[in-house]
Amino acid sequence: MVAKIYRKCGDIDTKEMLFLPYLRYNQSMRETLLHYSFDDSSSSLSASGAWTLDEVERLRTLLEGYDKKLRTHSPETLYLDLSQVTRFDTAGLILLRDYIRDWQQRGITVELLGMSEKMRKLYVLIADAPQAKIVLRYENFLAEIGKATLRTLQDAYAYVQFLGELTVHLLRLLLKPWHLRLKESVYHMKQAGIGALPVIALTAFLTGMVIAYQGAVQLAKFGADIFIVDIVGISIVREMGPMLTAIVIAGRSGSSYTAEIGAMKLTEEISAMRTMGFDPFRFLVIPRIVALIVVLPLLIFFADMVGILGGMMAAKWELGISWHLFVQRLYEVLALKHYLLGLLKGPFFAFIIATVGAFRGFLVEEKTESIGLQTTASVVNAIFLVIALDALFSVIYTEWGL
Amino acid sequence: MSRNVIEVENVVTRLGGRMIHEGVSLHVQEGEIYAILGASGSGKTVLLKEMIMLLQPLSGTIRILGDDLRTIGYKEASALRRSWGVLFQFGALFTSLTVAENIALPLKEFSDADATLRDEIVLSKLQMVGLKPEVASLYPSELSGGMIKRAALARALAMDPKLLFLDEPTSGLDPVGARRFDALIEKLRDTLGVTVVMITHDIETIRGIVDRMAILAEKRTVAEGSLQNVLQSKHAFVKAFFKDINV
Repeated sequence: MVAKIYRKCGDIDTKEMLFLPYLRYNQSMRETLLHYSFDDSSSSLSASGAWTLDEVERLRTLLEGYDKKLRTHSPETLYLDLSQVTRFDTAGLILLRDYIRDWQQRGITVELLGMSEKMRKLYVLIADAPQAKIVLRYENFLAEIGKATLRTLQDAYAYVQFLGELTVHLLRLLLKPWHLRLKESVYHMKQAGIGALPVIALTAFLTGMVIAYQGAVQLAKFGADIFIVDIVGISIVREMGPMLTAIVIAGRSGSSYTAEIGAMKLTEEISAMRTMGFDPFRFLVIPRIVALIVVLPLLIFFADMVGILGGMMAAKWELGISWHLFVQRLYEVLALKHYLLGLLKGPFFAFIIATVGAFRGFLVEEKTESIGLQTTASVVNAIFLVIALDALFSVIYTEWGL
Repeated sequence: MSRNVIEVENVVTRLGGRMIHEGVSLHVQEGEIYAILGASGSGKTVLLKEMIMLLQPLSGTIRILGDDLRTIGYKEASALRRSWGVLFQFGALFTSLTVAENIALPLKEFSDADATLRDEIVLSKLQMVGLKPEVASLYPSELSGGMIKRAALARALAMDPKLLFLDEPTSGLDPVGARRFDALIEKLRDTLGVTVVMITHDIETIRGIVDRMAILAEKRTVAEGSLQNVLQSKHAFVKAFFKDINV
């Protein structure tokens, strides 16, 4: 703390020199100062040094200290001498302006002395700037919930609208099937299909293995070891295979559809396409849907095979069921219908993933975070809808006794 | 003679195997409005990017406010970055922040100014660039093209820079808006004493407010000086560029 106060006592004159108690600004401490004196009806204030943004905290403390003194003296006139100011900028002058305004409001006449031409120009520029606070648009909790609800409903409505428009385009395509963009469709089949094989193989293999391991522990208690084949076979083929494939594809391809179409919308490529007479549905949306509808059942088949392989391996290690026995039992218990019922879900899941992905892409706005938000929403929506649809399939299959 | 705030000497640049500059030199004096002219693809933007440390030249020296950009240290570089403001061609406002937050961002990061003072600085900058205080709480997506340029200029001015770099400040503005923007730049130079370096194609800007200029052609500086000086040049590109102008 280096607070030194020089006081020259007298009837009229009290001169003080105030240093700031912060050592870390050693350099500027010597630079930035506020000298002042008071007499009966007036006060002289002399500013010197740097009145800049880097110094605002120190300047504020200096001015506050002076302001306190001023309140006890309450002079009529204040002579503010700025001739010793070496550096200044907008921030420093705004700070000074705020105090000057405050003093003037308290009925003190403020006389500015020794302003350089440069400083006067800048001061004039900021002198009448509004002091109003910037109002931020905050919303309360209830309003947020209301808005979110409304947004969800609007999105759902827009999705239905999108599906309607898509139906019109699909019907048109039905009349002229050769209008399908085959090249794009095949490209997306390759992207979504072959590219997904490794990750689907890994997830399906591990899922099959985990199901077998979990089942083995329970079945071993009853000595019903061989039923592991039923559990693995039916659960993989009917449920796990289609589901995990759909979830992987929603995360992999659904998200990329949103990002691709979203980026095209940002760069106005979609608008350009429209004006040139290329319908984005025909060129962008339908090829992606067709590609996924073709590819997803194939991937489900692949996931089924790899999943059962994982189960077989776990059954061999954990329960000692030989490959031969496993396959023989599989022939007996795994009816063709289970396999077909699982595969049948594929095109429906594919439709949901591709339409949600494309739909979310079209919702992208001209903001950097928009693509991220829509891609997240695309994956979350697609996975949710896939699971909901899967539940619906379960109910239907059960009701029909399949 | 005023002191040079920017000195570019014999800059050679190669990007992706293509020569962009083969010895570009220019000198910007304190307090002037300086323009870099040239045809599309003559490397104006690349040169600007080299001056603001976004790119590095192959050889040659660039000196900004006395600092040599090749040998500058980390601390000096960040200090230098705070002493200039850059207005990008399309504004480059952060879309996820309001106009006020965009302008206040450097103040928040690089100064101790509290929220109230920041708001006041933001409002005075908005006033300087001729925007209403209501604009402060809007997002960039809610602004028109001219307003985006002004808001971006306010952000460039946030730290009271000594140097202001403008990349095609009047492109995309209507003729009336463009002249107003010129007047604004001139006013800011006169009141804030800031040195302005701009890339422009706008002949009215060149005639109206530019003090001195450099013309890039054939990968070098073919002319430098005031409009009168430059018009004396016998270089074919300079003649073609100014063929419609009568001074």
